[in-house]
Amino acid sequence: MKDPTKQIFILAYVLALMLGSQVAFGTTLKVCPTCPYTSVKEAVASAKPGETVLVEGGVYQEHGIEINKPLTLLGRNNPVIDGNFKGQILTITSDNVTVEGLTLQNIATSYRQDDAAIRVVQRSNVRILNNTILHTYFGIYLQNSDNCVIKGNVVAGQDVTGKNESALGNAIHLWYCDKAVISNNKVSGHRDGIYLEFVKDSEVKDNLSEHNLRYGLHFMFSDRNTYTHNTFRKNGAGVAVMYTRDIRMEYNTFEDNWGAAAYGLLLKDISNSVIHNNTFRRNTTGIYMESSSRLDLQRNDFDRNGWAVRLLSSCTDDVFKFNNFTGNSFDVSTNGDSQLNRFENNYWDKYTGYDLDKDRVGDVPYRPVSLYSMLVERVPPSVMFMRSFMVDLLDSIEKVLPSFIPENLVDEQPLMKKIEHDNDRKLAQVLR
Amino acid sequence: MNKIIKYVFYDIIRNKIVLAYTLFLLLLSFGLFNLGGSPDKGILSLLNLVLLTVPLISIVFATTHFYNSYEFMELLVAQPINRKKIFMSEYLGVACSLSGAFILGVGVPMLIFGASITGLYLLLTGVFITFIFVALAFLASVITRDKAKGIGIALLLWFYFALIYDGIVLFILYAFADYPLESATLAMTALNPVDLGRIIVLLNLDVSALMGYTGALYKSILGSLWGIGLAFGLMLVWAVVPLASSGRIFSKRDL
Repeated sequence: MKDPTKQIFILAYVLALMLGSQVAFGTTLKVCPTCPYTSVKEAVASAKPGETVLVEGGVYQEHGIEINKPLTLLGRNNPVIDGNFKGQILTITSDNVTVEGLTLQNIATSYRQDDAAIRVVQRSNVRILNNTILHTYFGIYLQNSDNCVIKGNVVAGQDVTGKNESALGNAIHLWYCDKAVISNNKVSGHRDGIYLEFVKDSEVKDNLSEHNLRYGLHFMFSDRNTYTHNTFRKNGAGVAVMYTRDIRMEYNTFEDNWGAAAYGLLLKDISNSVIHNNTFRRNTTGIYMESSSRLDLQRNDFDRNGWAVRLLSSCTDDVFKFNNFTGNSFDVSTNGDSQLNRFENNYWDKYTGYDLDKDRVGDVPYRPVSLYSMLVERVPPSVMFMRSFMVDLLDSIEKVLPSFIPENLVDEQPLMKKIEHDNDRKLAQVLR
Repeated sequence: MNKIIKYVFYDIIRNKIVLAYTLFLLLLSFGLFNLGGSPDKGILSLLNLVLLTVPLISIVFATTHFYNSYEFMELLVAQPINRKKIFMSEYLGVACSLSGAFILGVGVPMLIFGASITGLYLLLTGVFITFIFVALAFLASVITRDKAKGIGIALLLWFYFALIYDGIVLFILYAFADYPLESATLAMTALNPVDLGRIIVLLNLDVSALMGYTGALYKSILGSLWGIGLAFGLMLVWAVVPLASSGRIFSKRDL
């Protein structure tokens, strides 16, 4: 220890602990059925800024609690605050508030005011940690609030089958919030799992979003955000990303978004973004891309999807590199002739070419668009001839003598072996 | 009549082709169910083969059988037996032995690897297709006495239903792409028993989600038990009409 100030600091801290233990206890307001405070609302109202309200285990029938000063609201031994479907439970109208370890439940659908279990209004540095939120309309609702942390929460709604979209709220809803961190949350049973609108420079990671009626993750007009290590599973329509630029989506898993109008990831008007190392498994459509340009898609796995990629001809300058395409009904489909996107060094399990010089790159180009997928895109009813022998025959003929499929949509250097993304770094470097 | 059916049945079993057919199907189904991983995948790959091989084998076998047992039929006609009865017994003998082979060859592996309602539909489809194509084969063979010609017609019929028809419909769909074609497609698939069978099975598998709006329309019509019944009813019509007309030709013709 060379730094004397540090020593002094520690000494002072120990002294403060010894002398001030009585005082420190005073700054914590306890709430329990036998304590001075029996309701959270009272305790919050009489607490001074900077104090801690400690809620002990038990069930509290309360709603309309407003936190208008910097407090820490801490739950111990699983306290439950039951809103009894009477209105919002927690409204935070102050900076530097922490809400941790509470269970909040029962909020009715309210079409006029979007009631939420926790709402933050125009404040910053709010931390919402490790809460459980059950049966609510909106779960966590942040508006105009910057630098907030939403971490480790479980937001579970109801069984959404047969529900109407407007009767459900979003689990985590952010509107005009910059620099937010949303991590390790589990959200399910709402309209959208995580909804972001006008949210910039934020980070969404390690979340699990499943069984939501509409989207697992929905974001619009939210530039410069990072999405990593999330899992989106069995949502009504997957994940939608619209009107945004400078996004990084990495190491996410999109799976089992299976249905007539479902897809893994929908990209609309996205540009300058990076989509790396994601897994798309068993989706009706892995990625649906519309008017998206300058996207970099690398090292993704597309496995057993209906369509791995639906690339509309409004997309330009997108690059697909080192991706694995395995077991998809259609690898790539498109609706036009002109193609301004690049496919390089991907692995296609339908590739039948050879590699004479043994450089692990096929010598014959691969055309991922099949004649039949073009036909289906142009004449949707012809999808009823899927698996017909004639269709397979036409596809084979077209593969040998291409004449209808887009000339430029081609992978000139398809890889011969499936890429093991963790082990094949060397190969990727050599090819790069 | 039962006696004649029994005779035809024994005759077919003795010549061992049906036995080979059963073994072929058995091997194929076991192989595909083992390869596919999930039973759904097995059913899907089996579907393609069933729709291609079952009509072909049914139609070729039935035609050759008909010509080979011509002398036997002539002998029977000399007896005081109704011609229609002779014809029907021949038909039932061939169709039942072939569909029996199919049920054994595909049904047993299906029971072992994953019995499902979709599997049942596949089995039913196969049986109906056997009956339909045996009827078509008999129609081809009563039209002409020339064996080569008869087999030629039968093969053409198979070619038409299994291959060309889909091509024609796809061409029509492409040519009229600007019009709403959903109901037209439905009508056109009903005109081909092979397509009908394929769609019944496909709609009950996962892949139906890929079929978009048209698939949804099909599902709304064919998805219910009533719709499935209607589809199989249509296939029954496909068996009865050629059978009735060929029976008529047979009973009127100068042998």
